[in-house]
Amino acid sequence: MRYRLGYWIGLILLLLFSFVVLAPFAWVVATSLRTPAESFSVPPQWIPIHPDFSNYQQVFERIPFWKQIFNSFVVSGSIVLGQLTTAALAGYAFAHLNFPGKNVLFWLIMATMMIPIQATIIPVYILMSRYLDLADTLQSLIFPALPTAFGTFLLRQYFLTIPRDYEEAAMIDGANPFQVFYRIYLPLVSGGLAVLAVLSFNGHWNEFFRPLIFLVSKEKFTIPLGLFDLQGYMMTGSISVVLAGIVLSMIPVLLVYLVGQRYLIEGIMMGGLKG
Amino acid sequence: MAHMQNASQISKQPGTGGGPLAWLTANTLTGMRRRKAAMGYLFLLPTVLGILIFTAGPVLVSFGLSFFQWNVFTAPQLVGAENYQRLITDKQVLTSFLNTFRFVAMAVTTQIVLALILALAVTQKMGRFFRYYFRSAFFLPLLMSSAAVSISLGYMFHREFGVVNYYLTLIGLPRVPWLNSSTWALITVMIAYVWHQLGFTFILFIGGLTNISPEILDAADVDGATGLRRIWHIILPMLSPTLLFAIVVSVIGALQVFEQPYIMTRGGPGDASRTAVMVMYEAAFKNLEFGYGSAITVILFIVIMLVTMAQFWLSRRWVFYQ
Repeated sequence: MRYRLGYWIGLILLLLFSFVVLAPFAWVVATSLRTPAESFSVPPQWIPIHPDFSNYQQVFERIPFWKQIFNSFVVSGSIVLGQLTTAALAGYAFAHLNFPGKNVLFWLIMATMMIPIQATIIPVYILMSRYLDLADTLQSLIFPALPTAFGTFLLRQYFLTIPRDYEEAAMIDGANPFQVFYRIYLPLVSGGLAVLAVLSFNGHWNEFFRPLIFLVSKEKFTIPLGLFDLQGYMMTGSISVVLAGIVLSMIPVLLVYLVGQRYLIEGIMMGGLKG
Repeated sequence: MAHMQNASQISKQPGTGGGPLAWLTANTLTGMRRRKAAMGYLFLLPTVLGILIFTAGPVLVSFGLSFFQWNVFTAPQLVGAENYQRLITDKQVLTSFLNTFRFVAMAVTTQIVLALILALAVTQKMGRFFRYYFRSAFFLPLLMSSAAVSISLGYMFHREFGVVNYYLTLIGLPRVPWLNSSTWALITVMIAYVWHQLGFTFILFIGGLTNISPEILDAADVDGATGLRRIWHIILPMLSPTLLFAIVVSVIGALQVFEQPYIMTRGGPGDASRTAVMVMYEAAFKNLEFGYGSAITVILFIVIMLVTMAQFWLSRRWVFYQ
């Protein structure tokens, strides 16, 4: 009896806390639908009775929203594809190929996971702007993000779960070493590829620090930078337009989450369990 | 030691131990081994090259640059340790590092304790609907970009028009000058940060908790360990490797906090919420002092390394591996 009472109290507390955590979402959506004049008025209207969609229209008029969404897709998409390629190759090499210096290389790569982005950003910025002529381009964001120590480690863990015997069997059937990797092993770690893809997409879609430094013109902005820029316009005006922009910017990430939530959660857990 | 060397040599040479075909097998094996070695280097090339160009190289260059004065327009000038001397007397830099440490202490403690309580609660027996609902609810903020989080929570914590102060006054409390006071600014930034990051730690702990073997928990049941004693003596020790990982990752993340103070407070009022990465960003990319900016990143990097190493060293006392 005491257990059951505790259970209900716990559940109610948990529910209350979850409402607090979800409140900002409800507030953002509700306020994005209010007229500019009402956007700041209190008490907040949680359920919009007369939703005003003109704020959403305003987003497209104030910033090149489609262009910036497109830029975000190009940057995040290219980084995902690139990381899947580099990390699959490296992860396979560390898991199933033997060569002198393997352990040293592995630990050197793992050690770079400890290096914060700030410790490299000044030289990378100088390299991009002065030597490679890539200032204010999407490429300057994409190239440095292609090698991934974390992705290499993650995919290595997945490759290690697949027995080495498969290789011999395939070799006897006449497959060359690259075919063994590409046709036999790669499809077997598709779960790991999905984990890396979803984590990487979410991370780079939301990235702010590097775009803030590398991008100058509004046509090149990715969407988090676009939202920051939109807020600048709105300092004195309606915040509803900014919040409408935030709602719009979340739609692609929400879609990726709905499709890949299992992988996103799995990826975070893998980091903790096998790290 | 000699023992171990022998053992490893033997295990490296499988199937070559005598017999009439030993010579032939050994030969094809070395051929294959060579091909696989070549393939290994080839497969690693993109990653190794990329890391050399974009991570390892730049770290060394940053270190080198920190001994120069350079504003891009004129030639770099070697100034020795001058940047570091300036750094330790720069009040804004000192304040920002102290702010960062305060922020890390507050954010990591809140994040770990809250996530742990939530994960312990959610892994209790409950219906599938609630299980799914709570997992999604606490995870959802992670999908927002930190820019979007900072902008929206910045509005919600507005002193006059913010919804938070509205509800405070509704229950008879005074308005809090969240982002406008030097006592509250860093705390408000921390609330936004923890709201955003909580789901990550929460999911980590759920993973760790579901990984504890049921036999051990059953054994604890039989021994009569219930409630808090069960959590303290059984669950937490079993969870300690995950706990260590969560703490290390959260500390590294929080030491690099930038977006929330940059967007919510611009580091103010005064320097009350200015963080280490913010002064580095301003030195290098606003004032174009690349040498000085590099010196700040070098210090930040050393701090991150030392703190991480200290945590691993301390962990030998409290982390329990099965």
